[in-house]
Amino acid sequence: MSARDAVMLALVALLAALPPVLQLLGEPFLTVIVTRALIFAIAALSLDLLLGYGALVSFGHAAFLGIGAYTALILSGRGVTGLELQLPAALAAAGLFALVTGAISLRTRGVHFIMITLAFGQMAYYFASSLSAFGGDDGQALRARSTLFGADVLAGNSGFYYLVLALLALVWLFLRALTRSRFGRVLSGTRENEARMQAIGFSPFPFRLIAYVVAGMIAAMAGVLLANHASFVAPSYMGWGRSGEMIAMVVLGGMGTLTGPVLGAIAFVLAEETLARFTTHWRLFFGAAIVLIVLFTRGGLLGALLRGRK
Amino acid sequence: MTNLLILQTLNGLQFGILLFLVAAGLTLVFGVMDVINLAHGAQYMLGAYLAAAFTALTGSFALGLLAALPVALAFGLLTERLVIRRLYDRSHLDQVLVTFGLMLMIGEGVRMIWGSAPISVNLPQVLSGSVPVYGNLRYPVYRLVILAAGLGAAGLLGWMIHRTRLGMLLRAGASNRDMVSALGTDINRLFLLVFGFGAMLAGFAGAMMLPLVSAEPQMGDTVLILTFVVIVIGGIGSIRGAFVAALLVGLVDTLGRSFGPVLLRTVMEPDAASQMGRVLAPMLIYILMALILAIRPAGLFPVRQ
Repeated sequence: MSARDAVMLALVALLAALPPVLQLLGEPFLTVIVTRALIFAIAALSLDLLLGYGALVSFGHAAFLGIGAYTALILSGRGVTGLELQLPAALAAAGLFALVTGAISLRTRGVHFIMITLAFGQMAYYFASSLSAFGGDDGQALRARSTLFGADVLAGNSGFYYLVLALLALVWLFLRALTRSRFGRVLSGTRENEARMQAIGFSPFPFRLIAYVVAGMIAAMAGVLLANHASFVAPSYMGWGRSGEMIAMVVLGGMGTLTGPVLGAIAFVLAEETLARFTTHWRLFFGAAIVLIVLFTRGGLLGALLRGRK
Repeated sequence: MTNLLILQTLNGLQFGILLFLVAAGLTLVFGVMDVINLAHGAQYMLGAYLAAAFTALTGSFALGLLAALPVALAFGLLTERLVIRRLYDRSHLDQVLVTFGLMLMIGEGVRMIWGSAPISVNLPQVLSGSVPVYGNLRYPVYRLVILAAGLGAAGLLGWMIHRTRLGMLLRAGASNRDMVSALGTDINRLFLLVFGFGAMLAGFAGAMMLPLVSAEPQMGDTVLILTFVVIVIGGIGSIRGAFVAALLVGLVDTLGRSFGPVLLRTVMEPDAASQMGRVLAPMLIYILMALILAIRPAGLFPVRQ
């Protein structure tokens, strides 16, 4: 077991013990905030597959979050509340969108790719804004929270929390296995040296496209959870600011490590919540923190943590 | 119908030329310095706020506009010296993050100084009327002024890039930065100039738009995304590409919004057509971009590296 696996294991153990502790401390509301952090951790994990392993800087990742959220909204409006139906539908929708936009975006590299994914993300945003049946610009409240095989698992705060935590652990395990598989090694190979991978007979395009689709689908799962968390869905879920925040979570946590982005997302959401309590102008300090951290540190949170241990 | 077509074409051109002013700085900064700058939209917004503040101070929009330009330039130079300079040898990802953080800071700084409510400025009497352009069709004077000023700035920029020594260095820097540096040009000074100038152009565009749209903290975001579409279509680093693509995007967006539903109505039920039109119109330029990239991945006028 590597050091990052140990960090993740300790983190999950800590998170599993959190709700009863918060209950004892008389702060059960904090569970709701941590749930939100864990949902973003799932989204950040999916983005790490692109940023960290594929060196694909996608600036439109929030679109997939939005696709998941809108799937939950639309289905629950029609009386379909079961996660067993909502999740596959969200994954299918996001997978399709990723397949089409990925096939176009991946024709380009570098800055072009950043800007094109950004533009596709905005396209999804404007599309959602024009859905007048679902609240248009203002968004719409979720008719009912999702259920799992008819059971109201998401109704209670701690039930929801443990479901999200379990999904986070599953996604982490899945991506850990995926990045260590032949597929993951080829993907990392194209990140390191595209020409050499081609020379030994791998075309990078299908590997990148599959990574793009898988990452989009996982983000859509986070979107379904996010819709349930706020009981509300709006186009702002897919604004480009959200995509930028997710990149910050991955990079500040330590990209290409899976565990790092989880730490990054949790730290990011908690810092946002804390700063927002003290000042309405928290974005000023937040922006300054991002600038200073990226300019003057390397390796992200996880790197700092592991260095400190040695 | 003809009148509406002329009117909307003029609107589209005016919108396009405005996008060009913002895109020019972004594409130069990228072409020469290989830096992607997300805070560029914030420079546009800042230009509008500065012009509003100076107009309130001097009581004249023209003076306010003139005073805003050097301040926008100074802000650009300061940003380059303090932050952007440290990004030249960093990855695009680091550049994206740092300029994203910078954008959050500028946006919030503006909110702290001027508040979140939109600030509007009235046009001076001379510019607020309209003039006849074709038959009984009249067009607002100020929009023509924007069109002329934008074309003037574009012409000046084209002249500078293709006819002056500075422009020659810029073009050389865009195709081979190390060589230009090795031949004895102070590349840092060149970068500083390019960045400051780009920031000023974006600020100029924001200031010119002020009487039409009123300044608000989010105004830079939309424009930034649109200019990304413009420079991707035009070919990153190409001024000519940015010009053609800006006009194309301006026209397609404006005409699509007004004529899209009309065209759809010929093949669909009126209700469905207006519904479809509302959904499709804002997506048109992204579809255009996807189409162009599917055929030419490096844009219309790729810069040879």
